Amino acid sequence: MTTLLNVKDLRAYYGQVQALHGLSFSLSEGSLTTLLGANGAGKTTTLRAICNMVRSTGGIEFDGKPLNHRSTESIVRFGIAHVPQGRGTFTTMTVEENLQLGAITRKDNAGIISDIERMYAHFPVLKQRHTQQAGTLSGGEQQMLAVARALMLRPRLMLLDEPSFGLAPLVVRDLFRILGKINREDKVSILVVEQNAQLALELADHAYVIETGRIVMSGNAKDIANNEEIRKSYLGY
Amino acid sequence: MELFTNQVLAGIATGAIYACMALAVVMIYQAIDHLNFAQGEMAMFSTFISWQLMQWGIPYWAAFVLTLALSFVGGIAIERILFKPLAKAPILTNVAGFIALFAIINSSAGLIWDFTIKQYPTPFGSAPFLGSQLISTHQAGMIGVTVLLLLGLYFFFQYTKIGLAMRAAASVPESARLVGINTSWMIALGWGMASAIGSIAGMLIAPVVFLEPNMMGGVLIYGFAAAVLGGLTSPFGAVVGGFLVGVFENLAGTYIPGVGNELKLPIALALIISVLVVKPAGLFGRHIVKRV
Amino acid sequence: MSAAEDVVTEAPAVEAVPKRAMTLGTGTSLLVLAALLIMPVFVKNFIIFQMTMLLIYGLAVLALNILTGGSGQFSLGQSAFYAVGAYTTAVLMEHFNVNYALTLPIAGVVCFAFGFLFGQPALRLSGVYLALATFALATAMPQLLKLNFLEHWTGGVQGLVVTKPDAPFGLPMSQDMWLYYFTLVVVIAIYIFSVNLLRSRSGRAFMAIRDNEIAASAMGVDVALYKTLAFGVSAAVTGVAGSLGAIAVQFVAPDSYTITLAISLFLGMVVGGVGWLPGSIVGAAFIIFVPNIAEGISKGLSGAVFGVLLFLVIYLVPHGARQVAILGQQFAGKLRKN
Ligand SMILES: Nc1ncnc2c1ncn2[C@@H]1O[C@H](COP(=O)(O)OP(=O)(O)O)[C@@H](O)[C@H]1O
Ligand SMILES: [Mg+2]
Repeated sequence: MTTLLNVKDLRAYYGQVQALHGLSFSLSEGSLTTLLGANGAGKTTTLRAICNMVRSTGGIEFDGKPLNHRSTESIVRFGIAHVPQGRGTFTTMTVEENLQLGAITRKDNAGIISDIERMYAHFPVLKQRHTQQAGTLSGGEQQMLAVARALMLRPRLMLLDEPSFGLAPLVVRDLFRILGKINREDKVSILVVEQNAQLALELADHAYVIETGRIVMSGNAKDIANNEEIRKSYLGY
Repeated sequence: MELFTNQVLAGIATGAIYACMALAVVMIYQAIDHLNFAQGEMAMFSTFISWQLMQWGIPYWAAFVLTLALSFVGGIAIERILFKPLAKAPILTNVAGFIALFAIINSSAGLIWDFTIKQYPTPFGSAPFLGSQLISTHQAGMIGVTVLLLLGLYFFFQYTKIGLAMRAAASVPESARLVGINTSWMIALGWGMASAIGSIAGMLIAPVVFLEPNMMGGVLIYGFAAAVLGGLTSPFGAVVGGFLVGVFENLAGTYIPGVGNELKLPIALALIISVLVVKPAGLFGRHIVKRV
Repeated sequence: MSAAEDVVTEAPAVEAVPKRAMTLGTGTSLLVLAALLIMPVFVKNFIIFQMTMLLIYGLAVLALNILTGGSGQFSLGQSAFYAVGAYTTAVLMEHFNVNYALTLPIAGVVCFAFGFLFGQPALRLSGVYLALATFALATAMPQLLKLNFLEHWTGGVQGLVVTKPDAPFGLPMSQDMWLYYFTLVVVIAIYIFSVNLLRSRSGRAFMAIRDNEIAASAMGVDVALYKTLAFGVSAAVTGVAGSLGAIAVQFVAPDSYTITLAISLFLGMVVGGVGWLPGSIVGAAFIIFVPNIAEGISKGLSGAVFGVLLFLVIYLVPHGARQVAILGQQFAGKLRKN
């Protein structure tokens, strides 16, 4: 399998404070990779660094092309869709407008219209509410909307920051099932950041564990899930 | 009753001026999230440009369109050159920048075109409108243009991609960047559009208040007030706000004893503030829920 | 869980200034004080008068700084409080023969009440709405002072002439010099009061409100009380500045206190550094001297020159004089280390 995203010696800073201390990992085309770690480990910062939303040094290559020093909006145009922590919903706009915004960089109007229908098939609840203000949706619905908005880009890589946060367990299962399906059927590579390690390991095929800005563990998701020692010492369950 | 109706009519006529300016105010507020104190001066400068073009023999409508284009480009240039470098500076520093821009434009216009008042033509004529002494055809035309402008803006923001992108950039900039919108250029575009709308306001107002460097001072204040009353986030609210302020002002001048021309402004403002105290987001504004 | 679900962090309108950073170190303060004390001995009366005005405007900018830098509320209406202070002094001195020094505390109290009352409706407003409300106050004030039925007291459009006081106890100094020292004492007293106010419980409450109103109220701060209190204190200090201004200029008239004054004070605050009290005097210097400099460079384009100079300042130091002070401090720190 070819490498889609390659991150080398990534360091990130908030003002004077360093949040990532030389982080390296890679992600192969078509894979579903998870980045696990406790609160404050640097997961969000890693995703933000990939999209150049925080000052960073090191090498980030996407499909062989360096991403450093590009603006966030031009990185998106490479086909990287980022669902940020907190979902980033355009709360004052309608559900459908949120979806249209996801495709704002695309020119193929017919494709956009059919993709909106496809999203409604994935997430029927969004169809019911397509004229409603997005801010009035429930947390789970907003997360669905955020994923759908990201997919409207027809991304090659989707970055998801704690999609399970604040959602009921059943809703999370549903969401993860759809993510798996998107990964398999639409061939979208996914990097999902999670605190909920158990669920993420069930979903992913590869996993990295991050602690205070460094990768401390990596491997096949099944192996990690089955290794009690690793689970106890790194993932706390 | 006759007096009342007449005063309301006259109020609507002046209100059209405020409505036009308020539209420009809302436009820029949407794009940059604060009020631009130099907006009236920008409009005044545009109006002078159109006047100059007409002096050079260019017919009214050609000068109108040319001024519109120049103002659009000028607005973008002002943002790129003067305010983009301040994007990361505190809000209050940006406000100081608006005041500086105000001083620069006002003083330059005074030097180029001097401070004597000038006649400015109207394309609509100035006969009584439908036999009413209170509304002239010019004022009726002004109301018509304002309404057209409002419809145009509504269409632009609701049904075009770029309008959608501008709204997104203004409401959640970070998410807008994450869907690939160049938010920095959206701000510049907002400046350009506000400047162009302001120039329309200026060219429509000039026949009424006459052309001179200080012509927009009072108008901008009423424009702000109208925009705030209407709720700053709503172009429709701005226009309604403009008409209401015009009517307020006229009725206060007529019915409250002791209100000369000088006290009209404070009283209109006080009324608006009373409305805001009851409805803090304005009449048509979205109430933004604040959470910790 | 659900409470934490939609975390929206609003950027505060005014950047947080840590408490210590709001003032100068002791050494620097003493140096500045010494310079201010000695200076009048060496210069002409007109310069002394300008220095007095500098102190007075510095005080008015300081007052705005307490309101905006301290509690995060924005005001374009400071000229109204300044006018009320000035007229209180003028009326008391000229109609009631009250001693000028006594009129200051009275003006302070009157303005405190006025500001506190104005702060009540202002409570419901913030940001641009508050700007508009205070702006309305500023535009209304000169018109109110011109009202017919007040003319007996205010002198209407003509205004009132104020007598300049002589130095007391037969001190051998000119009126200007005496007024300078008198002003200096008042300004220093109020400066020390303000510094202590911002360090006190109330000051912490102000700043908690500035940084996050909802969090402050969750912490048990009586937001309404402290916001109106901030308005009251700011108005009182502005009023005292207005009193001193009336005595120094020897004249009050409605059109001396228009919105232009309020805008100048606002610019003074930005140039000095929002929330940095010592910056007030730097800001005052800017609004007094830079228009003159601009006039000197070009008579016809003085407004444009002023605007360009203002732009230069905010490009170079977007955080005002405070930024210069911080840079200076870092530089001094480096020198000491070497
Ligand atoms: N805006 C910020 N300013 C300063 N420090 C930050 C900021 N955001 C995150 N950090 C710090 O960076 C580190 C990593 O944070 P983050 O990437 O958000 O962790 P995670 O997403 O794994 O919970 C933490 O120590 C956090 O305190
Ligand atoms: Mg995180």
